[in-house]
Amino acid sequence: MSLAHRIIPCLDTDGARVVKGVNFVGLRDAGDPAELAARYNAAGADELIVLDIAASHERRPTFLQTIRRVAAELAIPLAAGGGIRSLEDARSVVRAGADKVTVNTAAVERPDLISELSAEFGAQAVVVAIDAKLDESAPAARWDVGVRGGREITKLDALLWAQRAVALGAGEILLTSMDRDGTLSGFDIALTSTISRAVSVPVIASGGAKTPLHFAQIFSEGAADAALAASIFHDGVQSIRDLKRFLTAANIEVRFPC
Amino acid sequence: MNIALIDYGAGNVPSVERAMQKLGATTRRVTQPAELSAAKAIILPGVGHYAAMLRALDAQDLRTALLAAISRGVPFLGICLGLQALYASSEEAPTLAGLGLLDGAVKSLPNTVKLPHMGWNCLRAVKESPLLEGLNDSDYFYFAHTFAVTDTLADAVATCDHGTSFTAVLQRKNIFATQFHPEKSGDAGARLLKNFLELAA
Repeated sequence: MSLAHRIIPCLDTDGARVVKGVNFVGLRDAGDPAELAARYNAAGADELIVLDIAASHERRPTFLQTIRRVAAELAIPLAAGGGIRSLEDARSVVRAGADKVTVNTAAVERPDLISELSAEFGAQAVVVAIDAKLDESAPAARWDVGVRGGREITKLDALLWAQRAVALGAGEILLTSMDRDGTLSGFDIALTSTISRAVSVPVIASGGAKTPLHFAQIFSEGAADAALAASIFHDGVQSIRDLKRFLTAANIEVRFPC
Repeated sequence: MNIALIDYGAGNVPSVERAMQKLGATTRRVTQPAELSAAKAIILPGVGHYAAMLRALDAQDLRTALLAAISRGVPFLGICLGLQALYASSEEAPTLAGLGLLDGAVKSLPNTVKLPHMGWNCLRAVKESPLLEGLNDSDYFYFAHTFAVTDTLADAVATCDHGTSFTAVLQRKNIFATQFHPEKSGDAGARLLKNFLELAA
């Protein structure tokens, strides 16, 4: 027995409700975050991530209340983020019950934020989320970093950014393929494998999951340490227990029974 | 039962509180040394940096009272950093003195594996302990750490492997500790906390 590969449902929220879109647009309501959290806690999820995709200043108190409600349902770890721009923002999220904070755009704009969070909470509590989009004009495989929920693509190389984030104190990378997100066509194996093999910290693969085989592939070929999905779990298309049964049969270690 | 939950500002205090509540136990947050004198059991949760924890314990003047309570035989449960604090020192903050109750040192896990050691892993029981009653080697527990007790397994009742063997659960007399987070470890973690409550009762 060794470290199990983690299955992580993600709750994208507008602050109060879970929402889901395709390729970062076209949002629809997908339920109450605390109800979904309780369901996933009982269903064998290894961790939960709650993101505030609206992340507006006015909605912050609502989101903190959501974190409190979700944390109260869990006996598994909780990561939370969306709109965390300062140490003070992160403190409020941790005080509300998150074990880890995720940062994205604000870390791209001011990388020192990662060091500040790592010094205060420890590297194990700092998840740097990277939205990566294939640069089709590049001669060799290269992904650019997207920010602001994918509305803007920078010229930052996702691989170099991941390595820099780790050097600054990130304890984990949450890597979302913008090309695959919402498509249900499978995780991006090339992207995940490239980055996971180049950093010393665990990588959570995200974007494109549908079938159990997609998960098996991202763990074996993609070298992912954890895999995240949202809609297939929310819509009941895929049960976490059945997924773990499949992975166990494929000789991929997961926490099972759970 | 008067269960003192040492609150030095660690992020996992509310989680431990909730996990104990679900078992029907009420904990009392302790921030001052006098509050430890009547404790029938003490829990030291910890997460983050070793230096932050030791500095906070000293800033709140809790070190002496904690050591006194442990030497009186009060059942003690350290969680994560709360395990590491029992040793004399840690590579994470070499100049700071730990509680020095156990022999050994806290060192970084090897960089041949991904660090932090983050996620669910199994234990290998090496000695009998009431803390592990009803648990077995196929149960998973949630770890989130880079440093661990690797140089000695003297007080270990269960070990775990990540790059090397390290102390995952320890017991010496009334001192118990886990490198993982039982409060985040689902049913298996709840069982371990229940075992602690029963042995402390």
